[in-house]
Amino acid sequence: MTPEQALLETEAPVEMITVVIDGFEVTVPKGTLVIRAAEKLGIQIPRFCDHPLLEPVGACRQCLVDIEINGRAFPKPQASCTIPVENNMIVKTQLTSPVAEKAQAGIMEFLLINHPLDCPVCDKGGECPLQNQAMSTGRPESRYEGVKRTFEKPIAISSQVLLDRERCVLCARCTRFSEQIAGDPFITLNDRGALQQVGIYENDPFESYYSGNTVQICPVGALTGTSYRFRARPFDLVSIDSACEHCASGCAMRTDIRRGKTLRRLAGDDSSVNEEWNCDKGRWAFKYLTSRERVTTPMIRGADGELHEASWPEAIAFAAVGLKGKRAGVLVGGRATVEDAYGYSKFARVALGTNDIDFRARPHSDEETSFLSGIALGLTTSYKDIDKADQVVLLGFEPEEESPIVFLRIYKQVRKRALAVLSDAPFASRGSVKLSAKLVTEISEISGLTSKSVILVGERLSEKTGALSSAVALAEKSGAKLAWIPRRAGERGAIASGAISTLLPGGRPVSDASARVDVAAAWSVDSLPSNPGRTTSEILLALSVKNLDAVVIGGVDPLDISNSALSQLLNSFVLSLEITHSAITAVADVVLPVAAVVEKSGSFQDWQGSSRVFEKAIADSLSRSDVRILSMLADEMGTPINLPTVAATAREISALGKWDGSAVKFESARSVKDLATGDKLNLTSWRLLLDLGTLQDGEANLAGTARTASAHISNSRAEKLGVKAGELISISTDFGSLELPVEISEMSDNEIWVPRNSIGSQVIAHLGFVSGQVSVAKA
Amino acid sequence: MDLKTALTPVLSANWDEKDSFTIEGYKRNGGYKAVAKALAMAPDEVIQMIKDSGLRGRGGAGFPTGSKWGFIPQGDNKEHYLVVNADESEPGTCKDTPLLLANPHVLIEGIIIGSYAIRANHAFIYLRGEIVHVYRRVQQAIEDAYKEGLLGKNIGGKGFDLELTLHAGAGAYICGEETALLDSLEGFRGQPRLRPPFPAIAGLYAKPTVVNNVESIASVPAIINNGVEWFQAMGTEKSKGFTLYSLSGHVNNPGQFEAPLGITLRELLELAGGVRTGHKLKFWTPGGSSTPMFTDEHLDIPLDYEGVSAACSMLGTKALQIFDETTCVVRAALRWSEFYKHESCGKCTPCREGTWWLVQMLRDLEDGKGTEADLTKLLDLCDNIAGRSFCALADGAVAPIMSSLKYFRDEYLAHQRNGGCPFDPIASTIFKTVGA
Repeated sequence: MTPEQALLETEAPVEMITVVIDGFEVTVPKGTLVIRAAEKLGIQIPRFCDHPLLEPVGACRQCLVDIEINGRAFPKPQASCTIPVENNMIVKTQLTSPVAEKAQAGIMEFLLINHPLDCPVCDKGGECPLQNQAMSTGRPESRYEGVKRTFEKPIAISSQVLLDRERCVLCARCTRFSEQIAGDPFITLNDRGALQQVGIYENDPFESYYSGNTVQICPVGALTGTSYRFRARPFDLVSIDSACEHCASGCAMRTDIRRGKTLRRLAGDDSSVNEEWNCDKGRWAFKYLTSRERVTTPMIRGADGELHEASWPEAIAFAAVGLKGKRAGVLVGGRATVEDAYGYSKFARVALGTNDIDFRARPHSDEETSFLSGIALGLTTSYKDIDKADQVVLLGFEPEEESPIVFLRIYKQVRKRALAVLSDAPFASRGSVKLSAKLVTEISEISGLTSKSVILVGERLSEKTGALSSAVALAEKSGAKLAWIPRRAGERGAIASGAISTLLPGGRPVSDASARVDVAAAWSVDSLPSNPGRTTSEILLALSVKNLDAVVIGGVDPLDISNSALSQLLNSFVLSLEITHSAITAVADVVLPVAAVVEKSGSFQDWQGSSRVFEKAIADSLSRSDVRILSMLADEMGTPINLPTVAATAREISALGKWDGSAVKFESARSVKDLATGDKLNLTSWRLLLDLGTLQDGEANLAGTARTASAHISNSRAEKLGVKAGELISISTDFGSLELPVEISEMSDNEIWVPRNSIGSQVIAHLGFVSGQVSVAKA
Repeated sequence: MDLKTALTPVLSANWDEKDSFTIEGYKRNGGYKAVAKALAMAPDEVIQMIKDSGLRGRGGAGFPTGSKWGFIPQGDNKEHYLVVNADESEPGTCKDTPLLLANPHVLIEGIIIGSYAIRANHAFIYLRGEIVHVYRRVQQAIEDAYKEGLLGKNIGGKGFDLELTLHAGAGAYICGEETALLDSLEGFRGQPRLRPPFPAIAGLYAKPTVVNNVESIASVPAIINNGVEWFQAMGTEKSKGFTLYSLSGHVNNPGQFEAPLGITLRELLELAGGVRTGHKLKFWTPGGSSTPMFTDEHLDIPLDYEGVSAACSMLGTKALQIFDETTCVVRAALRWSEFYKHESCGKCTPCREGTWWLVQMLRDLEDGKGTEADLTKLLDLCDNIAGRSFCALADGAVAPIMSSLKYFRDEYLAHQRNGGCPFDPIASTIFKTVGA
């Protein structure tokens, strides 16, 4: 057993060490660095290269202090960011040691001689550790009379990150982050001496999904984000804690607003979730809310077939007429907050009197419905379990693409203790390579799991019949912890809010009479519909065959569901609650504008089931949250749902609480092996993190770092087709076809993989499905 | 000539033979006998013998070689490595290059013995890349040793396996720092590593590693052959044995002088035919440019680790650069500073930025610009660099400046009074010129 494993087995008590810093005693766990122990006392030692989540490097030498152990003093001042505390250690910082004070002042002076001191035009000015510490530790007047080092500025190390080399203090935070945290060592320090500089490989730009973190942790203005450069001064910004709407990782965020406009978003601190990091999508994809396509006023489709601007009362009245007394369903996409999803759920049951509600704007199955109703809400697996796992199994789940912070967490353990990772992906993606993941073709091949293993199931697993059942069986048999990680931020909260046909809020089964009574009482209604509701595809089918008359849609892209979804809506009354104009608003009878995340308060439940509550960042926004609009509409229909504000909704959710009765029983499904026949290949796909997703609209710099689409096939398949890497192949079905350049991967000869929603590769639009059999030929 | 200390040629004993660098030449003079003797001993006995001999590292720091070997954890089921630091790049230092050129096999023999002692089955020589002629010669010697079964599997039929790899550096002075050397050897940019962990615990490829200087390892076979008493009979109380002193600069017969530790410069100058005829000693470095300079006051300091330390310098690599009175000390300090600025790896602030600044200040001082206050500033900058950097490179960079200011402050001032350098730079060249 390695020491790491031993540590996992028993939570050994941590040895505590007491040191004296500037005359004050402080007791900290063994292994704590001196600089960190000083922080506990409120003693701030200046620093640049030090970062609590990166390995110490001791490069900048700014944090020099005098140290004495057992009465023996170090002959020279020591870098407090590299030395762990020891018993009988006496530390004297700049506050009590003239030697340390002079050493620090000397380093600060050196750091500034080659720095351009261009704070008035630098984005970092006002929030710059160099600026601040030059004030605390530097000289008022420079003694340097020589020539400063200069560089061409700025150079774009990717489309979204710019580098001003002359501002750089060479602390190596960015390069260490890229290597140690993201596993993307695409930036390095080049050259030597004062000409040392951050650089990229000649032909490979800094295309990491996590590159924005380097901008955030740069202690000077050397790395700046292209989209934010020269846009604002930090002291003009109002910073609001916020949550990320892009995926189910659950990141804490900070949104910086100036005069009602989002200028930038940064990773917030939450050690139990995203630590201090986020992905580039979370950081930079917020321009959609100021896009030209933004729905700004309510709109009603007129007799001329065009949408016309309308007042709120007019539009609400029109919508109420269209829905009242009609057979209507509700489709709510994954962007909804817990409160909004609750609003849709209650609106469906109370105002529309139906259980026809589903949050799944994607391919889904009855097996999945059963899994989500019976199992998903009971799962308690968390990031902590990944930290302690002896094995992680990824099923239908590409963490780097589909939940990037989950990826960082797994990668941390892979790097630290070579955590074993298994994946059922058809080939080793870049993320899998970084995780050294072992690929398995069938879930039944997996063995050796223990109660410390973690099985992470992605939403895509439902696309393979029986696979979810196998995953559940595997977890039951081995005792391993199971987690369901959807891609979108609102999905777990939507289940908890009852935005699914089988469940009422709090996980109460629709099929359980006492659960219905429970909720009906809380909602002050006589009864709730008990007949089984329809799923997304069933609602669409019912609409197309006139079994339903109307539908309320919030945040759904029809091409995420199926190629026929849009046409199935054409003959029904469609109420669309949308942020930006879309394929749905183009056919909707009424369009009501709703608030984007930064314009409203609310909460998201991440994949762990933890809630992140956020306040409205743009305080004076007039945009309304979905739930408020639904409440107005329900009033107009004469069937009030009494959810006038997000806060009121949150109170009601909390008062209602969780279901303590028995859950819906999971009906497992038999797995079906669909083997490719003849010359056909099995196509699989998943979404890349940066793709054509609508929430990434309007941010060209971010899009510039998206991976280009290519089709992965095996080497021998490529030989059979007579194509080489980079050459085009055409992939076709009865529905349509697409052409992509080939990338050779180690995979089965019968498999082909393409990105699901990237430029040139939108599989539902081009091929008619997300997975299945395709014909492949040289183009 | 009546010398208190006589030369003790051991490593250099046969350099004048025309085939001294061949395996035949080496064997004819008793080469590779120590391997057989060492392989007959237990590895720990070899370590103990080197410990007992008092052999100290000849690369500059003077750390006891046997103790370094003893730090390698045994029975840890890990590969161990012996790495020989042949990245000799210090201005003035020129002992390993001629040694490897004239007698590469003594190093190979030492490597076999050292590897056996620390239970390493793979050893590396990290050679300065610019000395291609030495690279070829060492490579040939390694090939010959393989052919004779002295390297490879089952050496001497004793069941000991050793692979030896010669690696050429890419020309960075910092790679002479042992952890930067290891990074470079692993294929990374050579920059010093954070310690701990020390190389003895996690060195090359994070495995226990000994890094020794060429001369230290090359001294091992003689100790094995002749015994601890023989070795201890040479040298001083705490600095035992023989070593190579390299005299260069304004001296009539520059070159390598192998003598017991503790010999003085006065004695060495006599052996080397004295300071350039017609001139007198002005200043000298005891161990390369990064050791604080001495003047003619220091001619009788015993050149061993303690003697030089006591006079506020370091024995270093025993590279004695001799400068006579024609040399401008400001110019010398500037040239050395330019070297350190060029070679600073850039990792830490004081070295990277400090050397950049020092060079500009010294250039101004050489040009006669500035005031006396600038000398105070210069010393203050040196004080802010020395002992503040990540590795010892920056300490070396300020040594010539601080020591020259200590002994020749007035010469700095003379530049300012004179509005430029008062020296004729041509006069200090070793070629015959009008001014010389």
